[in-house]
Amino acid sequence: MRPRYLDTGARDTRSGFGAGLVEAAQKDARIVALAADLMSSVKMDEFARLFPDRFFQAGVAEANMIGVAAGLATVGWIPFVGTFANFAAGRAYDQLRQSVCYSGKNVKIAASHAGLTLGEDGATHQMLEDIGLMRGLPGMTVICPCDYNQTRLATLAAAQWEGPVYLRFGRPPVPNFTPVEDPTFQIGKAQVLLTGKDAVIFATGHMVWQALQAAYALEEEGLEVAVINLHTLKPVDTETVVEWLSRTPVAITAEEHQIHNGLGDIISGVACRYCPRWVYRVAVQDTFGESGKPNELLAKYGLTAAHIAQAVRQALARVE
Amino acid sequence: MAQAELERLAAQVRRDVIRMVYQAQSGHPGGALGATDLLVALYFGHMRHVPQPFSETGIGEDVFILSNGHICAAWYAVLARSGYFPLSELATFRRINSRLQGHPATKEKLPGVRVATGSLGQGLSVGIGVALGKRLLGDPHRVYVMLGDGELNEGQIWEAALFAAHHKVDNLIAIVDRNYKQIDGDTRAVMDTDPLEAKWAAFGWAVLSLREAHSLPAILKALEEAVAQSNQGRPVVLIAYTTMGKGVDFMENDYRWHGKPPNTEEYARALAQLPEVLGDF
Repeated sequence: MRPRYLDTGARDTRSGFGAGLVEAAQKDARIVALAADLMSSVKMDEFARLFPDRFFQAGVAEANMIGVAAGLATVGWIPFVGTFANFAAGRAYDQLRQSVCYSGKNVKIAASHAGLTLGEDGATHQMLEDIGLMRGLPGMTVICPCDYNQTRLATLAAAQWEGPVYLRFGRPPVPNFTPVEDPTFQIGKAQVLLTGKDAVIFATGHMVWQALQAAYALEEEGLEVAVINLHTLKPVDTETVVEWLSRTPVAITAEEHQIHNGLGDIISGVACRYCPRWVYRVAVQDTFGESGKPNELLAKYGLTAAHIAQAVRQALARVE
Repeated sequence: MAQAELERLAAQVRRDVIRMVYQAQSGHPGGALGATDLLVALYFGHMRHVPQPFSETGIGEDVFILSNGHICAAWYAVLARSGYFPLSELATFRRINSRLQGHPATKEKLPGVRVATGSLGQGLSVGIGVALGKRLLGDPHRVYVMLGDGELNEGQIWEAALFAAHHKVDNLIAIVDRNYKQIDGDTRAVMDTDPLEAKWAAFGWAVLSLREAHSLPAILKALEEAVAQSNQGRPVVLIAYTTMGKGVDFMENDYRWHGKPPNTEEYARALAQLPEVLGDF
């Protein structure tokens, strides 16, 4: 009998970050935070209320905010900068590259509202290229937790991690299904949520829940599909990825990101080097998003449990 | 340090710059020569700093950041002659396996460098962060950030200028190396930044102008005035009117010497104007 993961009530991952940040700051007096006029959206208001001396409002000026954080880190503080994923990874890329990564600064980037599920604000704000941008930076750790509880734990873990971290999360409430305290959550260690012999789905972020639903649907068709939560995209847990590539004939990747440079490329890279397999990618197909409700967007752009299940069937048809 | 000794150091650092750039056959001599007097004054006559052992955090000492990282030949020479690293290492400038990268970097752990600079416009923000970090710690020391005037084209500089004034970062002194030159020509032709004092003042900074930016006594006096203006609720900027290429007549005020090494004949002409006074590296 395979485990059934249950939604304990939808919550937004950004609130998991906000809760984790406050807890981390209560434990470690070196933690400071900066926001770029999105303090409330990124759920940093409680931190700002509790620790006014350790919070800095940077206004709508992300490049400067990243630089100021690099300076604070130089002196030994542990800064968390919070903004939308687009304005962190996209707008301030060169600052993350030179002032943070190349300079080896211990800065944590809290990148909220990532992906299509930002919703109605549309494609200008729907960051779908950030995993690629961030994993290309030497020294950057990239984490994309799957729900509220895991985002809280990822924030606590990032606070203790030595070196720059890009923590990617989202805006809308999504099913909250991982445990409040989860000893299996470790940066750089993939989580095997479901085992299976017929196919393996590697998923990250909001798509992990969708992948589980796809696996449960495929059970009805007699297929036993493994689901791996790849919350850490860099450094990738090569050992676990290779193990599950080798145990199954086909791999499917699922991510709320462009088809290029994200999880699909990460798994394909591991497969090419260590364990050749067909890798089918469920991702945004090299296009920009648009305005709409999160679930409407996931449906239109092919990022639902049904799309993942269909990709599994297509992949299996290919190898049979 | 006595004025005569500072002047000897400045003369030797200029010679170091030309020798480094010539030997590497690459680098940025013009700006480096223009900022030499400022750097010598800061490191040998003004800042409270500890070359050995080098502390990356800079806690308990003044911190300097060279935001216009391309003029690092002069900074490296000043750091070496201050005792941060062996003088002989200047011979490795811009070469493979060197700690003296083409633009300042921390990856190779060169003592004296606390953040990478080179892509312009970023150092002022980092300096603000260091200054805030010192304030949070209760460390009374200051942060000095040098900026190129061409660099002021970058939008991030003005984001930082807003932030520093808004947060009353008054333990920070920015120094603008105002030589009116950038890569493509005169700043007034490429991207005019005048009136510069009025811009910084409008952003809420205390503004000081230094017309004699190659007179060591005048520089030291201006830095003291900048310190006097600090800790009063406003960041301080010192606009230093320098001459690009100062000390080598055919390089002076010629923007083409931004990023070009001298050839053999030019090298001989330059060294003839820069006698060895403190011993070459």
